[in-house]
Amino acid sequence: MKRDIDKHTAGAETEAETKTTPMTMIQALRSAMDVMLGRDDNVVIYGQDVGYFGGVFRVTDGLQAKYGRQRVFDAPISEGGIVGTAVGMAAYGLRPVVEIQFADYFYPATDQIVSEAARLRYRSAGDFTAPLTIRMPCGGGIYGGQTHSQSPEAFFTHVCGLRTVMPSNPYDAKGLLIAAIENDDPVIFLEPKRLYNGPFDGHHDRPVVSWARHRMGDVPEGHYTVPLDKAAVFREGNDVTVLTYGTMVWVSEAAAAEAGIDAEIIDLRTLWPLDLETVVASVNKTGRCVVVHEATRTSGFGAELAALVQEHCFYHLEAPIERVTGWDTPYPHAQEWAYFPGPDRVGAALKRAMEA
Amino acid sequence: MSQSQPLSLHVPEPTGRPGCKTDFSYLDIHAAGTTPRPPVDVRYQDTAELAAGMIRVLDDGDDAVGPWDPQLDRDLLLFGLRTMMKTRIFDARMVIAQRQKKLSFYMTCLGEEAIGTAHALALRDGDMCFPTYRQQSLLMAREYPLLDMLCQLLSNEHDPLKGRQLPVMYSVKAKGFFTISGNLATQIPQAVGWAMASAIKGDTKIASGWIGDGATAESDFHTGLTFAHVYRAPVILNVVNNQWAISTFQAIAGGESVSFAARGVGAGIASLRVDGNDFLAVYAASCWAAERARSNLGPTLIEWVTYRAGPHSTSDDPSRYRPADEWTYFPLGDPIARLRRHLVKKGWWSDADHAALQAELEAEVLAAQREAERHGTLIDGHVPSAASMFEDVYKEMPEHLRRQRQQLGV
Repeated sequence: MKRDIDKHTAGAETEAETKTTPMTMIQALRSAMDVMLGRDDNVVIYGQDVGYFGGVFRVTDGLQAKYGRQRVFDAPISEGGIVGTAVGMAAYGLRPVVEIQFADYFYPATDQIVSEAARLRYRSAGDFTAPLTIRMPCGGGIYGGQTHSQSPEAFFTHVCGLRTVMPSNPYDAKGLLIAAIENDDPVIFLEPKRLYNGPFDGHHDRPVVSWARHRMGDVPEGHYTVPLDKAAVFREGNDVTVLTYGTMVWVSEAAAAEAGIDAEIIDLRTLWPLDLETVVASVNKTGRCVVVHEATRTSGFGAELAALVQEHCFYHLEAPIERVTGWDTPYPHAQEWAYFPGPDRVGAALKRAMEA
Repeated sequence: MSQSQPLSLHVPEPTGRPGCKTDFSYLDIHAAGTTPRPPVDVRYQDTAELAAGMIRVLDDGDDAVGPWDPQLDRDLLLFGLRTMMKTRIFDARMVIAQRQKKLSFYMTCLGEEAIGTAHALALRDGDMCFPTYRQQSLLMAREYPLLDMLCQLLSNEHDPLKGRQLPVMYSVKAKGFFTISGNLATQIPQAVGWAMASAIKGDTKIASGWIGDGATAESDFHTGLTFAHVYRAPVILNVVNNQWAISTFQAIAGGESVSFAARGVGAGIASLRVDGNDFLAVYAASCWAAERARSNLGPTLIEWVTYRAGPHSTSDDPSRYRPADEWTYFPLGDPIARLRRHLVKKGWWSDADHAALQAELEAEVLAAQREAERHGTLIDGHVPSAASMFEDVYKEMPEHLRRQRQQLGV
């Protein structure tokens, strides 16, 4: 049972700056934006409550005071307007980083994301581009009910032209966000809000763990990137491959430990474009595959993962591919932990995959 | 004593339908020269009458009158006339080419040529327009080569957009012409965002966003007004009220008994309602709005009152929903005929000059079309390669697209 941190961080491109500081995911994300505001005059940050107040999750706290109201400012309550103006700013040559307060609220911006940001380069044959980053907290585990808990990643992975990213720890969060801001394609940056302050293994009745005492909370203070097209082997193992991302990385790790199964856990980090090579290599090695995500099951990103594994690894598979997901219901409030795919459900799927 | 009457739903109708002549009194037209011209730092509240009235310069006797007369010189007026005529001749040729199946689709701006032409002349190089599909006169005024327009329309091997867009959906950054979206109204918040970026960077450029009367009902329009007002964005927001959104009369978009310009006043934006078929009025109002934007005074909304004289597109037959000869009776007339008469009255133009220019422009368009067709048309197979379909989805082609391109065998 070892977590191979060096393996996890392999591929990160660090510069001379190597001094690390304990950071929560909130602090790591803020540090990423701080670094980029300082390095690139074209970076601007806006969204609901992100200016003076610093965001409802405090991610942009202090940035307006440091960089001024022209660079970091509040926006009207209009997701379509926030993304629509960001597309215009990006067309001008800026690199906007906008916040949708909860991923559950991105729907009014759908036309601007799907028909505009994602297709600007294509439809203009490169005449105009949209290098913008859209941050949004996602996922449950905080009693947010159906309008503060959703994981809408499959909406985005279905759209050609978008990059969809979801970190699982502070180190990746900062490196991926810097890479997203520097990337010339539009990036959807989903932040699992249950991981903002510490890793979460799904045992909601146990004491909260802080990133301060976790090695993945050691974050370089300066500029570094985590590549947008590389999955991480979060935990090496030989019995079964778990394909997952975000909060479910931690739930899967706990489930495997509790089930006594030597799982290889792949943290996808970037969902699309997918690091298929890492996925295929792992499944071909273990011969078994369990896909885990918090979002609803039907037409979820797990369906795409299962299809890809079937296409590329069929003759190595020794068991049917298992999916563990949220149920096909809205995210309920009082029944949160019956909905959440916790370690018991993941563990049961791992056992089924091993026994098949 | 109160007695409840059964309620009834109001569904607006145009005054004219096929076989029934239109009563244009709904347009609320004001005499030329009667609308005051306030200073550019006017308070938005004080534009309420301008938003309900109508700025006009050319009167019924073809003279330029009143405070909005921009007093343009002969060269600029003749360039305006030439650009409008070129646009109309080009449109007519392209409809024929579409009927010959050389292109799949076309949209004319017949009757609306003054708006893009005069507006473009009021802007500077570097200003960015966010147009709809009926502002080709912006490109004509900025002298984008006809050959490039034609290659886009023909979807041929020299199509600057590599065959990916419907004809007319141009993208010409170098001429300040943003890539056109078929999803209506999206360009309004984008124009505001571009203008905000210019302000953030301390630039001097301004943006100009375009929308039709029909699409003002989209939330993006209202969102754009809010953002433009909140951040005092250096942007001109143009509502081209051509009375018709395909078969839907402008009253269904909310134009009954209230102007579209009035939306701007409600959002805290200085707003004008202008005769869009009056070249001089379009130029003057555009200059006024551009000066406001460039002086950091913020956005201006302009409603251009005009008439979509042609069908919505080559796929549309307007005689099914409005009188076929309705344009003949449109009280604001034909923008080209009006400017021509004004020039003749000034002694700067003659029927012989006009006939000669018409022939010259027809020859120019025809020559450009012949040259463009040498690079192919949609039906002769000389279209951009299938392999290029996979490019520009991302900056670098990801592995999954490489695989899909291989599966297609190209």
